[in-house]
Amino acid sequence: MECVFGLVGDGFAIVAADTSAVHSILVHKSNEDKIMVLDSHKLVAASGEPGDRVQFTEYIQKNVALYQFRNGIPLTTPAAANFTRGELATALRKNPYFVNILMAGYDKEIGPSLYFIDYIATLHKVDKGAFGYGSYFSLSIMDRHYHSGMSLEEAIGLVDKCIMEIRSRLVVAPPNFVIKIVDKDGAREYAWRESLKDVSVTSA
Amino acid sequence: MARYDRAITVFSPDGHLFQVEYALEAVRKGNAAVGVRGTDTIVLGVEKKSTAKLQDSRSVRKIVSLDQHIALACAGLKADARVLINRARIECQSHRLTVEDPVTVEYITRYIAGLQQKYTQSGGVRPFGLSTLIIGFDPYTGAPSLYQTDPSGTFSAWKANATGRNSNSIREFLEKNYKDTSGQETVKLAIRALLEVVESGGKNIEIAVMTREHGLRQLEEAEIDAIVAEIEAEKAAAEAAKKAPLKET
Repeated sequence: MECVFGLVGDGFAIVAADTSAVHSILVHKSNEDKIMVLDSHKLVAASGEPGDRVQFTEYIQKNVALYQFRNGIPLTTPAAANFTRGELATALRKNPYFVNILMAGYDKEIGPSLYFIDYIATLHKVDKGAFGYGSYFSLSIMDRHYHSGMSLEEAIGLVDKCIMEIRSRLVVAPPNFVIKIVDKDGAREYAWRESLKDVSVTSA
Repeated sequence: MARYDRAITVFSPDGHLFQVEYALEAVRKGNAAVGVRGTDTIVLGVEKKSTAKLQDSRSVRKIVSLDQHIALACAGLKADARVLINRARIECQSHRLTVEDPVTVEYITRYIAGLQQKYTQSGGVRPFGLSTLIIGFDPYTGAPSLYQTDPSGTFSAWKANATGRNSNSIREFLEKNYKDTSGQETVKLAIRALLEVVESGGKNIEIAVMTREHGLRQLEEAEIDAIVAEIEAEKAAAEAAKKAPLKET
């Protein structure tokens, strides 16, 4: 039921992920941030097995940081995506990670880019991508409304359309989403879309 | 004597580990390096021997970052330094991965010193031929630190220290002139100390300044030249002030 999707716009890339941490029928928390800031100009939106998700993305994050200290310059987004895919592929036939990743990044020479990385180490450079049951809806909405070079307002509008579709059509739809953006100014949180706020209960 | 320096696991009859002492000799032949701790600034300075005309000086960085808040300078065998620095960088990230916290300066110093010590107690290996100066800000308290390690694997914290060529003269100067400084004053003190043994000029010195907010910043040659000029002017003014009252008598 985890929904992760993203798209590339004019000079930026946006990813959105649901924020519920679920175990069978129990919702542990509804403000779990599944989009990791990998470095100053990269985002990794991950979905899948919760333990693997955190362990694997943190492992990638620390190795990306190590590369930067060793070499004095950061990894490019395609390089980081290929590294991530390589790690998934190496582990695949021994001890696989059940993590699906959308990696968004901004490089000065390349501009914004989005990479679809599957748990079985598929790697695709895409303009729009999605994982999970929500992908059935968000991919269709994006297929209908996406065009290359969308402005930030248009892109956020599209993201909101996808979220509304997921909320209305997915049987156990996650209530809250987080949206993060990466552009020339770096990777940062853009907004939350909350339909269920944590409210403290007043005593009887 | 010659019989006791082949395998370093062997003590000499008078309790010396000769390989470690020879490693310290290698350090003494290396370029001068100085570190000064201020209240909000820590400075590392390294002597830059004249670069060959055809060499790209940017590829010879002598002061390196180990993590966002830790930097290192060393004197001695640079190839050995590469190995230690690489291991330290991995340890910095590994620590962040396992405990979700950045290393303290003391932790990484202890780690590097531990590595250096390991190679004084193993068969068939020689010690690392370098001493390091490690600076950084404590990620929790924000306190500035300066540590030094040497080939024997000992380490300790310092307010200011020097290693490498003519380190004794630099240390003497620092002992005479050290006082609590901050900001630009700390940079000046480090450069003044280094100028005691190094030919004056921006192209013979490499300086890096670390602050809590901005991390490590390598100074440009022009900046260093400007500060050196300031120091020379101050020196000249002090000399003139000394001579002037004498003349009047």
